[in-house]
Amino acid sequence: MSLTKDEWLALEKKAHELRNLCLDTTYWAGSGHIGGGMSCMDILTILYHKYLNIKKDDPDWADRDRFILSKGHAGIAYAPVLCDYGYNDKEQLKTFNLTNSKMGIHLDSNKVVGVDASTGSLGHGLPIAAGTALAARVLKKSYMTYCLTGDGELDEGSNWEAAMTINHYNLNNLITFVDRNHNMIDGNTEDVMKLEPLADKFTSFGFDVKKVDGQNIKELCDAVDYALASPRPVLILADTAKGAGIKMMENNYKWHYGAIDDKLYEECKKDLEEYYQKRVERVEREAK
Amino acid sequence: MAGGFVYTAVESTEMSTAEYYGNTLAELGREHPEIVALTADLANSTKIGIFQKEFPDRFFNVGIAEQNMFGVAAGMAKAGCVPFLSTFSVFASLRCADQLHTDICYQNVNAKIIATHAGTSFGQAGSTHHAIVDFAVTRAMPNLTVICPADGVETANAVRAAYELNGPVYIRINRGFDRVLYADPDYGFEIGKAVELHEGTDITVIATGSCAFQALQAANFLENADGLKVRVLNMHTLKPLDKDAVLKAIMDTRRIVTVEDHNIIGGLGSAVAEVMAEAGKGCGFTRLGLKDTFAPIGLHEDIMSMLGIDSNGIIAAVRDVMGKDFELDDNWDDEV
Ligand SMILES: Cc1ncc(C[n+]2csc(CCOP(=O)(O)OP(=O)(O)O)c2C)c(N)n1
Repeated sequence: MSLTKDEWLALEKKAHELRNLCLDTTYWAGSGHIGGGMSCMDILTILYHKYLNIKKDDPDWADRDRFILSKGHAGIAYAPVLCDYGYNDKEQLKTFNLTNSKMGIHLDSNKVVGVDASTGSLGHGLPIAAGTALAARVLKKSYMTYCLTGDGELDEGSNWEAAMTINHYNLNNLITFVDRNHNMIDGNTEDVMKLEPLADKFTSFGFDVKKVDGQNIKELCDAVDYALASPRPVLILADTAKGAGIKMMENNYKWHYGAIDDKLYEECKKDLEEYYQKRVERVEREAK
Repeated sequence: MAGGFVYTAVESTEMSTAEYYGNTLAELGREHPEIVALTADLANSTKIGIFQKEFPDRFFNVGIAEQNMFGVAAGMAKAGCVPFLSTFSVFASLRCADQLHTDICYQNVNAKIIATHAGTSFGQAGSTHHAIVDFAVTRAMPNLTVICPADGVETANAVRAAYELNGPVYIRINRGFDRVLYADPDYGFEIGKAVELHEGTDITVIATGSCAFQALQAANFLENADGLKVRVLNMHTLKPLDKDAVLKAIMDTRRIVTVEDHNIIGGLGSAVAEVMAEAGKGCGFTRLGLKDTFAPIGLHEDIMSMLGIDSNGIIAAVRDVMGKDFELDDNWDDEV
């Protein structure tokens, strides 16, 4: 069912809150992987506030949908989502990265409630996701598995090995997102190690590839709806901007990891507010 | 063994350990055109990017593909280049263990792995980024020399020595700044030779990496507070291990504490224990390090303190071993 205008606006509002919480967490921690956190916040928002079949009061529910954040360094975005959802106390975000905190840069599935896999070593998520999807078949469960990878991360061969597994077993109970923000640590992906033609690569590996604007909630939701109905494994290639919503960070690879002081914090807050207004205007224009 | 230019104490406080590496590699690059450098999207983080700036044509960023990088390096080495490759220690030793084992060590090619963010030095990143088993893995690889420098100056020495040695070398260095152990590079660094940092006859602390500085501090404290004479050895080379220094410590001091930013299984403590057991000479002995657990997250110095591998932890361990009932005579026959 297509997204209604009210739903869309509600998701925009939630994404806006979560972007702010990600910024706050980065500020409290002093620094963080905010660039790649912001680029995937819309994806995290629709998953946790529209699609994932999970239970607040039963995080280990065996039939829950699974979500594997393969780009584990986006913990600075994922922790706020998990706290805001209610799995963990929001106060914990204030000690993010501090000594002995339960939450460090990469979230530990044995310490942070709601994390389905401890990631951080890139290229591990998609094989694990293939595993949870395969297990659903064996155990005759109807849950879905969602996986989110970075784009630089796709340099790791393990992703392509997993892609073969997903195609071979036709794991259509797995939906893969790629956060195509075009940047990694040392620069633009096409300068460091060419990925293009990326959609063609995934197509040739057997995925049904959907290219969307990863900062457009409606397009993202349409793609997930499509994937849920698809007889084949779908990969959603989400074109995003690293640091989305904060002007000086946008598409700037140097903001892969950065420090936020008081002055920057105020600037970022203002940017996020403006960004939100623009996004709401877009909904007003485009929603039916 | 001084480098091309001599680093001063001022630079020690201004340059991170990895910057010593990057600068030394660039110096070596000027001297030796066959040196090439490779990384996997970590040019800046590992400081191999300093070489890249000067020699862009001899630098290769393979993207986030460490296994591929090790294979490519093996190929380049087979053809006559001397590759230096850098990524985080946890990936160099584990993600690429097969390539390290088969492509580099088995073929015995002349490649140098300079692995950064060693031990728990990338503390806040958690266990996915802590290298706590790399000694165990790399020590067990035939042909591989394994070095863990104590600070920036020693890193510069080790990198130069690694170039001069023909064969594969694994050097693990920390993220960020190390406490300065050496103000001057001319203290006689030699691969496979422990450096005595403090004389002592009561007990020996054998330390490696960032723990060496902590051990020296502990020895100074114990001398003043307890009147103990603690020998401190900086065991910068894990393999080949300086067996003579270990045997001498056993015979001279009869008590040993090892300390490392690594699991106590398979690392420095194990290496020392192997020498001790084969010598047939029991001795008061404790291994400090991760007690077969994953580390908490936090700042490196905080983690070191929580693990008891900082000076306070070493002081406590020394007192504990000193307090143990242990014969001081030379008659080994009457001991269990
Ligand atoms: C196996 C592995 N190699 C290297 C790293 C270090 N690292 C962390 S993030 C990153 C870049 C990731 O780029 P991308 O996948 O594009 O993520 P994004 O831009 O979305 O943050 C690298 C190289 C790692 N975490 N894991």
